[in-house]
Amino acid sequence: MIVQPAALALIVAALLTGFMVLYAGWYGVRILLHWDMRSGSELQLSLERRTYLISAIVNFALICQLLSLLLFIYTADALHSLFIGAMCAAGTLHVNGFGYPVLALKIVNFLLAGLWLIINYADTQGYDYPLIRVKYSLLLAMVPLVLLESFCLIAYFAGLQADVITSCCGSLFSLDRPGIGGDLAGLPDRSMAIAFYCNMAATAACGIIFLVKKRGGYLFAALSSMGFISAIAALVSFFCLYFYELPTHHCPFCILQSQYGYVGYLLYGCLLGGGVAGLGVGALMPLRGRGSMAAVIPVLQRQLMAAALVLYLIFTLVVSWPVIFSSFKLL
Amino acid sequence: MSGLLARHRNIIDFALSSLLRRKAKNISLLAVYTLIVIIIASCMLFINALKQEAAAVLKDAPDMVVQKMVAGRHDLMPVSRGEVIGGITGVRGVTARLWGYYYDAVTRANYTLTVSDGGQPAPGSIYIGSAIARLTGFSQGDLMPLRTYKGESKLLQVVRVLPAEAEIVSADLIVLSEKDFRELFNFPAGFATDLAVSAGNPLELATIAAKIVHQFPDTRPIMKSEMLRTYDSIFDWRGGMIVVMFAVAVLAFIIFAWDKASGLSAEERREIGILKSIGWETADVLLLKFWEGAIISLTAFLCGATVAYCHVFFFSASLFEHALKGWAVLYPQFRLAPSINAYQLTILFFLTVVPYTAATIIPSWRSATVDPDSSMR
Repeated sequence: MIVQPAALALIVAALLTGFMVLYAGWYGVRILLHWDMRSGSELQLSLERRTYLISAIVNFALICQLLSLLLFIYTADALHSLFIGAMCAAGTLHVNGFGYPVLALKIVNFLLAGLWLIINYADTQGYDYPLIRVKYSLLLAMVPLVLLESFCLIAYFAGLQADVITSCCGSLFSLDRPGIGGDLAGLPDRSMAIAFYCNMAATAACGIIFLVKKRGGYLFAALSSMGFISAIAALVSFFCLYFYELPTHHCPFCILQSQYGYVGYLLYGCLLGGGVAGLGVGALMPLRGRGSMAAVIPVLQRQLMAAALVLYLIFTLVVSWPVIFSSFKLL
Repeated sequence: MSGLLARHRNIIDFALSSLLRRKAKNISLLAVYTLIVIIIASCMLFINALKQEAAAVLKDAPDMVVQKMVAGRHDLMPVSRGEVIGGITGVRGVTARLWGYYYDAVTRANYTLTVSDGGQPAPGSIYIGSAIARLTGFSQGDLMPLRTYKGESKLLQVVRVLPAEAEIVSADLIVLSEKDFRELFNFPAGFATDLAVSAGNPLELATIAAKIVHQFPDTRPIMKSEMLRTYDSIFDWRGGMIVVMFAVAVLAFIIFAWDKASGLSAEERREIGILKSIGWETADVLLLKFWEGAIISLTAFLCGATVAYCHVFFFSASLFEHALKGWAVLYPQFRLAPSINAYQLTILFFLTVVPYTAATIIPSWRSATVDPDSSMR
């Protein structure tokens, strides 16, 4: 067990969000079962009042969730000095079996939380609770994931013992290592970069077509999700090499460190923000016709699309910068 | 956009005036909240500053120290082994170090005696640390008596008092010549306290250590990185334990905040009732409650963090320095290098503001859903 202020802060946040999401989920079930807008019964009135509480709780829990992803990555990076052989977050997360599952769950929950906040925002803009069932169904899907994440996070910190020998990022992301890390690093670097640029260009074109002709929302969501994945793959297999100026170093975590100007936070921030906004556009597509949403959702979709495009553009510019201007060249 | 901003600004205005109307209640809440932030922030800042000091001190430490062990205890190291270790591939240099401790019965303090490799004082003369000079009153040119192993007094002339800036490393230090050191302790010739090994490439240290242990199984190599890691984990652990100890205080504060937020006075209920009857919606009242909480949290957080900063860096964390630093008669008086970063502030935010906000959500919702009709009656 590592007793350290950052670990304690993350555990407190995990317990609080777990508890809150569970509480909200319980009322979510009641709302899904008993919600009836036409009824004026006491139960319906109390449920309508309750929706304010649930919104507030879930908003709070999910914003905590978003912040705790950043705190978790930074902490994993900061703790690497306690473990022999760990040079960055890659080594720290590998100390026990819960590290990478926590990270994966945190990213999935980050995306789902962002999506929920977008749908909730749209719902509160209407007067007739148009998205209430969608919103609470999504919430129920998130409850087990958030609880699992809280459990894994506590198990991860409970299982950390300083000085355990771990593989460092150099070996974890080297080419001959089996597993997802090695697979990502082993992707052909140039073709990944070309796929990434094509994907980004297609996303941008599709976004502009949507903004002008108001068509192609699903395509945009699909392209931006693919863009999210191809950006991560291209970052690990190609762009990282330019940041580190080393032809063999594929670690996606070292760019979070101070010697690279914390550029990783900007990159991952843009990517996650763009991913959420892009998914949000797609998730809102089937809901456009519901009640008062016809006036709300198209405006919101345009804003989300613009946000996704700007964030992806920043990402693309930042990763392309060292490729163009660095003296390091891959032959 | 400007409409949205104006709405928030008006609600913040209203929140401020409503907080000021209930001064006594809010000031007591703010005071307890600030105190909690001060305690946790001081602890975190202090631990971080100590870690940085340790890292700064160890920066000049040798890459690896090799000690000889006898029956699980640290023993004298034959200097001849240094030559063998020097022959291992990758080793750049081996230095035999002479150092030890000296207990001074008069001042009841322990001094660290060391023979420096470069710039040794001439036999018969010594350099002393500034804390020793302060404690004993000796200054440059005085003769300082040290008791030898036979119990006789040996007079050594203080030729230099080490500068106070380096106090964290040199407070209790006496630098003397090799001849005086061996005479003082009857230290056998051909032996040293331990060996300092440096390597051209720090990545090879682990291999070098393995080779040394293979060649001399009764030795213990300690790497600089291991020392750093140990300091880091000890300081982290101490800081974490203090936070755990104060968790009870945080819990008490959360209950206090919950109680304050749910105990609505008749006047407050009436106020919310009036707001709702003139057209405020539940969401607006919730927003008002959110801003009230945010104003209190932000004020407590900023005040607490500022006071903690002053406490740690201007007053050397006098509240819990003994629990965190350890204690000794000759303790270096050092001012910690001020440092604060966004990471620490985020942790502090998670340990204080997040639990407070979580505790006040349900009471805020209760007060926001008050029925206007019943509350005004």
